[in-house]
Amino acid sequence: MENRTDKNSYTIIFAIAMVLVVGSLLAFTAASLKPTIAENERMEKQQNILYAMGVNDNDEGSANFISTDKVGDEFSKYIKKQLVIENGIASENDQAYLIDVKKEQTKAKSGEARRLPLFIGEKDGKTFYIAPIRGKGLWDAIWAYVAMDENMVVQGAYFDHKGETPGLGANIKQRFFMDDFIGEHLLDASGNFKGITVAKGNADPKNLDKTDNEVDAIAGATITGDGVTAMIKKDLKLYWPYFKTLKK
Amino acid sequence: MGLLSKKDANLILDPLADNNPITIQVLGICSALAITAELKASIVMAVSVLFVLGIGNVVISLMRNIIPSKIRIIVQLVVVAALVIIVDQVLKAYAYELSKTLSVFVGLIITNCIIMGRFEAFALGNGPWRSFLDGIGNAAGYGLILIIVGFFRELLGSGTLLGFKVLGDPIEKTGLYAIGYENNGFMLLSPMALIVVGIIIWIQRSRNKALIED
Repeated sequence: MENRTDKNSYTIIFAIAMVLVVGSLLAFTAASLKPTIAENERMEKQQNILYAMGVNDNDEGSANFISTDKVGDEFSKYIKKQLVIENGIASENDQAYLIDVKKEQTKAKSGEARRLPLFIGEKDGKTFYIAPIRGKGLWDAIWAYVAMDENMVVQGAYFDHKGETPGLGANIKQRFFMDDFIGEHLLDASGNFKGITVAKGNADPKNLDKTDNEVDAIAGATITGDGVTAMIKKDLKLYWPYFKTLKK
Repeated sequence: MGLLSKKDANLILDPLADNNPITIQVLGICSALAITAELKASIVMAVSVLFVLGIGNVVISLMRNIIPSKIRIIVQLVVVAALVIIVDQVLKAYAYELSKTLSVFVGLIITNCIIMGRFEAFALGNGPWRSFLDGIGNAAGYGLILIIVGFFRELLGSGTLLGFKVLGDPIEKTGLYAIGYENNGFMLLSPMALIVVGIIIWIQRSRNKALIED
């Protein structure tokens, strides 16, 4: 016996109505929440940059950003200059932190010039050069903000990811991994860019050797770790020419 | 049971043990493998599924008489996907930190076969109140196993619980590590989740012979 809901015409009308209702509901939600979400993302970028240069609310063991109500003021207090490096020429731009690294990478792939944002911060008389980098983990994007001194020695780093496995690759945003980078050299002994390798079996779990260009890998997160290595070698190397000009 | 009739109470209690979605119906195994390497992720996932399945079951139950049977699976998928996306967007706007913790789980919730399974098997044929109870019960049964597996994997794999070093520090060699204990890195890999689930199934069935199939 056929009832009303089995008819083709009913099915088609139901499908159309459902798509219209759900579609407009989702569009409405997305459109009305967009400004708030964008504001959250902007503040998060500022928090990330400040975190890398050591302006954070870290307590023992866990990584904490400074709170969102303070971040705007702190950002203008600590970040002295925002640069955009394009074709080797650095110019100031106070909106540089809004540059989307992903879009710049796509531009570079299609042969256009890539804009490299660099943030110069000062804290306790020390100058920090903070660069955003981006790469691929196991499942999705990973990115980082790396603070360096003028010799490209890492002063702090903040890693994040979109969808790495909880408990494994997702641990790149844990203190025990990020803090290993502090003090690590990006250049080799003769001053050439070497990067930092996330190494299995470097026999240095406490990371005492800071000039070996290696940090200890996370067990069970090989591909995420390799992604971190590749991201550092590829993206931070682009900043090397700028650091060479600082030496002159 | 003052508040619930016995039949209604069983909707919640059955999935916790003798009709558990993971160990008896063998549903939702994929997410049980993916996110149980640490306890916190297991708890977050359990709560998320509780929320989505409770609400989703009610929505489907309310629509059960107008859903065309030919496209009911698609309708179910649209309902759960829309629910999850709306919740995710609201969290992104008003609880940004929490939404970042959840980001990985959004996709996993939508594809969780327990959700589609309960829509199809229960909500399409029952009223909203009973569907709600069924959703809560099944999500709790699922969450219970997730938390047990997460507990053992994090404890034996990393020596921590919810991030606290309960067994001492493996690098500084304190606590248990001082007498030569080592973390079992194998516990962190997905196959061990299956083995832990297998052990739970084994214990459960050996205690209740009625659950053993021929």
